[in-house]
Amino acid sequence: MSTFTRASLAAAIVASTVCLAGGPTAAFEPKNVECIAPANPGGGWDFTCRQAGKALYEMGKTPGPVQVSNKAGGGGAVAYAEVVSKRNSENNLIVAASTATTTRLAQGQFAGLTADQVRWLGALGADYGVIGVAKDSPYKSLGDLMTVLKEDPGKVSIAGGSAVGGWDHLKVLIAAKAAGIDDVRTIKYIAYQGGGEAVTQLVGGHVQAFTGDISEALGFMESGDLRVLAVLAPERLPGNLADIPTAKEQGIDAVGANWRGFYGPGGMTDEAYEYWSQAFEELYASDAWQKIMADNGVMPFGLSGPELQSFVDEQIIEIQEISREIGLIK
Amino acid sequence: MEIFDSLIQGFAVALTFQNLGLALLGCFLGTIIGAMPGLGPSNGVAILIPLAFSLGLPATPALILLTSVYYGAMYGGRISSILLNIPGDEPALMTTLDGYPMAKQGRAGEALALSGLASFVGSFVATIGVALFAPLLVKLALLFGPAEYFALFTLAFATLGGVSSKNQAKAAMAAALGLGIAMIGIDGSTGAQRFTFGEIHLLDGIDFLVAIVGLFAISEVLLFMEHKGVDSSIGTKLDRITIPLATLKRSIGAMARGTGIGFVAGVLPGAGASLGSFVAYTVEKRVSDRDGTFGKGDVRGLAAPEAGNNASAGGALIPMLSLGVPGSGTTAVLLAMLLTLNITPGPLLFTKNPDVVWGLIAALFIANFMLLLMNIPLVGLFARVLQVPARILMPAVAMISFVGIYGISGSTFELLLMVGFGVAGYVLRKLEVPLVPVILGILLGNQMEDNLRRALQISNGDWGILWASPLAIGLWTFAIVGFVAPMIVGRLVRPRVPAALAETADPD
Repeated sequence: MSTFTRASLAAAIVASTVCLAGGPTAAFEPKNVECIAPANPGGGWDFTCRQAGKALYEMGKTPGPVQVSNKAGGGGAVAYAEVVSKRNSENNLIVAASTATTTRLAQGQFAGLTADQVRWLGALGADYGVIGVAKDSPYKSLGDLMTVLKEDPGKVSIAGGSAVGGWDHLKVLIAAKAAGIDDVRTIKYIAYQGGGEAVTQLVGGHVQAFTGDISEALGFMESGDLRVLAVLAPERLPGNLADIPTAKEQGIDAVGANWRGFYGPGGMTDEAYEYWSQAFEELYASDAWQKIMADNGVMPFGLSGPELQSFVDEQIIEIQEISREIGLIK
Repeated sequence: MEIFDSLIQGFAVALTFQNLGLALLGCFLGTIIGAMPGLGPSNGVAILIPLAFSLGLPATPALILLTSVYYGAMYGGRISSILLNIPGDEPALMTTLDGYPMAKQGRAGEALALSGLASFVGSFVATIGVALFAPLLVKLALLFGPAEYFALFTLAFATLGGVSSKNQAKAAMAAALGLGIAMIGIDGSTGAQRFTFGEIHLLDGIDFLVAIVGLFAISEVLLFMEHKGVDSSIGTKLDRITIPLATLKRSIGAMARGTGIGFVAGVLPGAGASLGSFVAYTVEKRVSDRDGTFGKGDVRGLAAPEAGNNASAGGALIPMLSLGVPGSGTTAVLLAMLLTLNITPGPLLFTKNPDVVWGLIAALFIANFMLLLMNIPLVGLFARVLQVPARILMPAVAMISFVGIYGISGSTFELLLMVGFGVAGYVLRKLEVPLVPVILGILLGNQMEDNLRRALQISNGDWGILWASPLAIGLWTFAIVGFVAPMIVGRLVRPRVPAALAETADPD
């Protein structure tokens, strides 16, 4: 404990000196890297920061351990606003992000801040969306479910772990649109506090379908209480998840990736931006990271630098379109 | 007996020097964290997760450390409730009602010792419950859909009259105020922002910890300042720290009932420890309060909620382990920890990772005994807080409140909010409006609203869904009886209690 305190005190002192001496340098060298997890310890963003920070340090990409700071609030809004308004020109700052971040940005829920005010550095994996039903459900395929949603949408309540307009909701709407349902507003989405709560309501028979991420469905899938109708991935998942059919192969061309990655301040120098994109690309390719992914059920999804930037832009357009259709934004 | 074999295996896992050391450390830190105003079990666990990571602990020892902190904080929360009338965390809210009056009467030692024992009974029995009935109780949790949850929360509010004996109208108004505050933030059922005024810090709603610390701790400091810094009425004499046999006899029933109610509330995800201790108190008051002594330092009013909130802490582990659903804020953090350690909680956890589950259960038994042994002798030390003159104590309370809230939120906005709640709490106390229903409104309001709307959404707007299941009908019956019975019975049986116009430092 005391070593820890001393180390962080030393880090703080060094950090303040660096701030004073800060100026443009030719080649970027990271120093006292900080990773902001825009949530409390224990959540997905916290996990992303801690695991990636540890791996970056072990690969020698940062001179010292990455310091993780938790800045919870507004589903990432508090951290985003702080980076944009107060720490815009820092080069040694990375912030954990995911599809939840882009969803809220797309819907203008970050107090009007936009996705082009930061630099998107790298994605290190994804959790793909699934749509499932209880084991005794009459719906055997995604097509069955979509047919009912088309003909009698009041009959099926779909539970998910995000608020209305959140990613769990949007996933099922993306699938419905791909299945040819024109008015997605008719779909009954029941918002729960988290994926676990939603899947429990399904198993308890209170709702008819579940939308969430594969990691949330795993426990009940293995016990046989939950039948996953489709995974919203471009192709079948690796390992023992290969049995789950994709929506695509059932004729419904829908992909819903909840990616995990990082952004940095918008005023970051090009040298630093290139350094971090490169670092995340190498990290993603490393054996150590592939093992972390496999151990934690994180699926392949590696994009960095400009590639991630254009993916984020596209995802935001897609989310805005669908949010407009359900009347969430104008 | 399969369970006993498993449990013995669990003890084999838990009884290593490292694990015992971690449990001891966890219990100690947990008690301290729980006793600090504003820092509760969920923050305690969250704060220590990085420690578990950096020590590189495997799953079982990490869980042992964190659940010891959890249980420790549940024990510790009572301390500041009793001594200072400031709940250390939200489940300890009800402990203020009879615990603080006892301290004022100079019975702080007795109150601390008794509540420590009640905590032990509650969590010990609950841990046995987890070991024996986990698979069975999961079925109960599955029975609760949105309609049943709505009925359950209505039941809680229907018995609200039990909190305040003085003025029911004021209690109802306070609850309405709390419900109103709960509406702030993003509305889950529509995604719309309500009463956020474009302020990003309000998107998640008001953190009830900020509300508790503001309403209780800061307003206490303000009251002290109003009295121009003259030492307030907190009793400074110290009595024995043992529990008289008569007291023990009187409170056994209360402990048993509190344990049962708390445990069931814990098992239901979304109900949690606060509801457990709240219902434990109101039920106990209905059952035992014949002479109107509740709220004035009745030992049963102390034992019931303390047993209740600790029992629900144990109960909440059941849905977390076997459904992967957190029953409280703390179990949500524990759940995330498990996922990070690559353990998937769910129906198969008991068969797939028996070492983790049974090691954990064994560790809980150990932690319980440690906490009892640690808490009873320390009562004398804790109680000494009362001998600190208020002119030193009150600034310390203010400082801990500010540091605590800033420590968990890292934002100055929350500090301003806390001060705002402090001023509001001061005004409410002056108006003799009880503060406990305000907090309950904030704690339960969102859940109640969300479940009503979920139910109506599922039924396509048919209100019949609310009483469509036998379970829902049962809950409604209890709610109606709980609401109406005191009006009839109370008038017949209870002698009219003269409206006590005590000093406003007692917020009820």
